[in-house]
Amino acid sequence: MNLSAIASASLPRAKSPASPGAFSVLRRAAVPVGVLAVWQAAASFGFTSPQTMPAPSLIVSSFWNLIVTGQLWPNLIISLTRVLFGLAAGVTVGTILGLAAGLSRLGEDMIDPTVQMARTLPHLALIPLMILWFGIGETPKLVIIALGSSFPIYLNLYSAIRGADRKLLEAGAVLGLSRAETILNVVLPAALPGFLVGLRQALGIAWISLVVAEQINADAGIGYLVMNARDFLQTDVIFDGLLVYAMLGLATDRLVRSLEIHLLAWRPVLLTR
Amino acid sequence: MNMLTDAPPHSPETLTSAELAVEVRGLTRQYGPNSVLRGLDLSIRPGEFVALLGRSGSGKSTLLRTLAGLDPAPPGTLVAPAALGVVFQEPRLLPWKRVWKNVTLGLRLPDARARAEAALGEVGLSHRLNAWPLTLSGGEAQRAALARALVREPALLLLDEPFAALDALTRLKMQDMVTDLWRAHQPAVLLVTHDVDEALTLADRVLMLEDGKIALEIPVTMPRPRRHESTAFGELRRQLLAALGVSV
Repeated sequence: MNLSAIASASLPRAKSPASPGAFSVLRRAAVPVGVLAVWQAAASFGFTSPQTMPAPSLIVSSFWNLIVTGQLWPNLIISLTRVLFGLAAGVTVGTILGLAAGLSRLGEDMIDPTVQMARTLPHLALIPLMILWFGIGETPKLVIIALGSSFPIYLNLYSAIRGADRKLLEAGAVLGLSRAETILNVVLPAALPGFLVGLRQALGIAWISLVVAEQINADAGIGYLVMNARDFLQTDVIFDGLLVYAMLGLATDRLVRSLEIHLLAWRPVLLTR
Repeated sequence: MNMLTDAPPHSPETLTSAELAVEVRGLTRQYGPNSVLRGLDLSIRPGEFVALLGRSGSGKSTLLRTLAGLDPAPPGTLVAPAALGVVFQEPRLLPWKRVWKNVTLGLRLPDARARAEAALGEVGLSHRLNAWPLTLSGGEAQRAALARALVREPALLLLDEPFAALDALTRLKMQDMVTDLWRAHQPAVLLVTHDVDEALTLADRVLMLEDGKIALEIPVTMPRPRRHESTAFGELRRQLLAALGVSV
């Protein structure tokens, strides 16, 4: 890379502020579009079998089929509901523990070592135990999602509270803020960015937990659709399921991002946009 | 206000704490094996503007932090008013609160907003009431911090190198502004600074901190506004710089 390339990489709009990105968009799209084209061509010329790698066109048409036959929506709603409730429970627990450990020494001593130990255990490894305890209904799925998503919330919130700027805390003390006022006006707003990072991570883990939980004894949901498709060798439907998972993950991540933009409107990074 | 500057050099022995804004007696502060303050005595009269000079690490900031209540003082060594305003070297505004909300912080009065607006008006920030603090320039942010300190009408205003991070021109404007605000509100002021000219421009009395004690005390009786090029100013500057170990 020569010097001008380095400069243009670090200052993307320095040279041509008028057209920021027609070419850049094309460049970014080139690889995925190219891969799709090669894939489609390979399938059309019979280099790959529909049982292992169905053509993109076939995937799209079977996706459409899932929509018009009404198979997609009910299963999608069920998967979404699982994530929503599991995440809600996980966020609630993670927030309560994070607040307790972050705001009091007693809470820290009671909670933090235990949680730090527990988080080293991959929560998905608990699935067999969950099935023994809770059977194969909705409960083990929700518990797994809640368990997995509570850790990033806890870890980020706790460290964000503890990392609140000492200088601002001093400014608050000088202004005569009470402890409750300090927590409300200084500590919690300072911890909010960290909490939102935790929320994004929790969302990612919730989706992963859902995928794994749904592959075990599900009788509805996207995972059920995929497992079913495997049994009938409908590889295109498996791809449809992957597509849905990807889109759901993307959509919910966008949701948290817009939440960030709204709640962290004071941050200069966001202000310049 | 010039009454104060014309007053005879201040003699703490004759004053009781009721007549003083700040009284410090035999204050010793230690960090590890090194003591930062060693039996320091300091008195500031109501409405008096005192500047505190000293080399880096001489304990200036420790003294100010102790007066602000941020560092504990041994019992019986310190009398300072409860109505206290502090401006630090950084503005320390809460970035998630609009400028006027920062000024009303901790202000438990029904007309807090009106007072905040008035205070921000005094520092020339009427047009930035609703701005986010991180969009302010360095000088604006420091003015907002000054408004936040003054809105509670402090009996003692502590300034911890408040202009050190500003550019030279902004610093001069801020010094004029502080002089005006001090005249209007008449708090006792303790200004911690590195800058000999700044101390001589603003203060009624300049103190030099060395080895944890006040090593030098110079009353500044020149009328305000003070001109740096005047002979008296130059003489005092030489005196202070010599005490700081800089020969001119």
